[in-house]
Amino acid sequence: MGLLTFSGGIHPYDGKDLSKDKEIRDYLPKGDAVYPLSQHIGAPAAPLVKKGDRVLVGQKIAEAEGFVSANIHSGVSGTVKTIEPRMTAAGTKVNSIVIDNDGLFEEVDFSENIKPLDQLYREDVKDAIKEAGIVGMGGAGFPTHVKLSPKNEDDIDTIIVNGAECEPYLTSDYRRMIEVPNKIVTGLQIVINLFDKAKGIIAIEDNKPEAIAKLTELTKDIDNITVRPVKTKYPQGAERQLIYANTGRQINSSMLPADVGCIVHNIDTIVAIYNALIEGRPLYERIVTVTGDAVNDTANFRVRLGTNARELIDAMGGFNIEDPGKIISGGPMMGKAMFSLDVPIVKGSSALLCFREDEVSEVEPSNCIRCGRCVEVCPGRVMPNKLADIASHGDLEEFVKCDGMECCECGCCSYVCPAKRHLTQIIAGTRKQVLANRKR
Amino acid sequence: MDYTMKISSSPHIRDWASTTKLMGQVIVALMPATIFGIYNFGIKALVVVLISIISCVIFEAGFQKLIHKKVTVGDLSAVVTGLLLALNLPPDVPFWIPILGSFFAIIIVKQLFGGLGQNFMNPALGARCFLLISFTGRMTTFTYDAVTTATPLAQLKAGEGADVLSMFLGTTAGTIGETSAVALLIGGIFLIVRKVINYRIPVYYLGSFSVFLMIYSFAVGRSLDLTFLLAHLFGGGLMLGAFFMATDYVTSPITPKGKIIFGVLLGFLTFLFRTFGGSAEGVSYAIILSNLLVPLIERVTVPKSFGKGAEKHE
Repeated sequence: MGLLTFSGGIHPYDGKDLSKDKEIRDYLPKGDAVYPLSQHIGAPAAPLVKKGDRVLVGQKIAEAEGFVSANIHSGVSGTVKTIEPRMTAAGTKVNSIVIDNDGLFEEVDFSENIKPLDQLYREDVKDAIKEAGIVGMGGAGFPTHVKLSPKNEDDIDTIIVNGAECEPYLTSDYRRMIEVPNKIVTGLQIVINLFDKAKGIIAIEDNKPEAIAKLTELTKDIDNITVRPVKTKYPQGAERQLIYANTGRQINSSMLPADVGCIVHNIDTIVAIYNALIEGRPLYERIVTVTGDAVNDTANFRVRLGTNARELIDAMGGFNIEDPGKIISGGPMMGKAMFSLDVPIVKGSSALLCFREDEVSEVEPSNCIRCGRCVEVCPGRVMPNKLADIASHGDLEEFVKCDGMECCECGCCSYVCPAKRHLTQIIAGTRKQVLANRKR
Repeated sequence: MDYTMKISSSPHIRDWASTTKLMGQVIVALMPATIFGIYNFGIKALVVVLISIISCVIFEAGFQKLIHKKVTVGDLSAVVTGLLLALNLPPDVPFWIPILGSFFAIIIVKQLFGGLGQNFMNPALGARCFLLISFTGRMTTFTYDAVTTATPLAQLKAGEGADVLSMFLGTTAGTIGETSAVALLIGGIFLIVRKVINYRIPVYYLGSFSVFLMIYSFAVGRSLDLTFLLAHLFGGGLMLGAFFMATDYVTSPITPKGKIIFGVLLGFLTFLFRTFGGSAEGVSYAIILSNLLVPLIERVTVPKSFGKGAEKHE
């Protein structure tokens, strides 16, 4: 049998050698910490503090508004400076709590939160995860407690830990797997125990043999967890593709993984679950890869949420070029280009990727030559060339009819297009338009 | 200090392939056949090739200038058209034939329909068929070693035997680029390995053509005749057509299933034209006829999107 995978996809230069051997090290912020109230899918959190309040590390500073929302905890100690709209990496201004960091990093007493696992009911575990403010840390930021509360709880039979890390340049998940594999296994066991029939799969791309070896060794006596190497191919870590590769089950854009009995978690999310349940620590830090050819050195930092991105670049000795071409929050395929470095690290920030040159602005789109490359690589098996044509005519109805909503915006079509058309951008924009119309 | 950083939508990286580079690969892949053609027919073949390429580029640039469009000859597509047109011409044509052919290919077939990506039939083949119909005599007179002779395929149709080895190597009469099966195979395989073209069209084209020909052979009571089959595969424009003309991006289906249907359709039409038609050759007409059916083929072969019709797991 061949390696587990899906049809389509691409093999871009992965750039992981730049940072994959850099051990995780702590970075403690020096300046203000900024906490956007909306760093997850769902309603923005409501502030619990006001100007002048003193807060500690791990203190809940904003509370989930409703079920689909998430708590936010401070990563620094200090006083609340203000609550005002601040710029985020996504390029929008979001109401944020700004904390004047006193540099003491005084913590709340986490031991109070620790309860023996065997005395907890399932609901208690989910409550603890919700209380810790954990959201999907791969980027989408879907609240984890919501994911763990599907309508068909009894049907959940597969928990997949997404260790594919298929985005080029990112190495934060890899470092987690190498350095704290035990936390991943324990975290996964906590999740598995929430469901009667669930088994665990840790799916890792086969370009990370060390991680596969470590986790395989660690789980060899655990019946209900298997480590599965999956083929190295972008976007292997996309939720739908990962579920298909591991279970053969397909879901479309109108379904949730739970509809086919699956729940998928990112590596850092699983570690956050471990931290919350075993160490009593809420989500106030994450791993951020700082990499690219425009920085003097690369690193995998354990960063307090709220840290200014500029501090991380400065910690690398700044840029090695006067004007870096492009700074990306996240990976090169799905990350967002930043126009300001003065934005906070949030729950979904996986990397700061710094390029000396911007490849995209050097190319100019030309006529489609109908080569069919986009159709061949599309993991959603739609026809990007056709969708882009329909989209540029603004025909939303036809766009939906031609399965435009099945696009996962992975970027493969734009990547391979020889005419350098901005296919993903056109299609993604139209998808947003359709979704906005549906809400109305 | 502050930086001026560039902003754009994801993805932020791009593959090596550009239109120019892909066309460049096609030109490289055509070199074995072109060089062999010049070796086989002499310097006059080189002249035809050069006239054809240069006039295609001039017509494209001139037309785009005339209508105040961006001049796009840098994408090399006009060079590919010129080269393909030349390879489809007999080496002895007068100089105005490639010029007229280039005009028809670039202006009538390609630019009047909107330029690269918009034409509905292969420009080089459209021009070849136009020339074949208009100047049948000049387009079907072949000399080899200074002797006017029939092409191997015409000899085969007339019921004569065929020298399969020289057809494979290409030391026969024919158009400049079509005679050497081995040179074309090298180029075709290069394109498939480099992932410039997909294997489906040539494989299903040659495969289905062979199957139809064999079925017909058996039906008319011929025994399994490998020489006959190989002569058909190596003869005429089949190799050139299957690897370089039928796979033209613009005028072939974009969908994987569509490529298969297109290939089989080509195999069937080529078999029909060659076996029952008046001329020994049938590849050019098969391809341009099938070009016209591409929108229809695409319409019925839209791929099923991932997860379409998926059922909730109970």
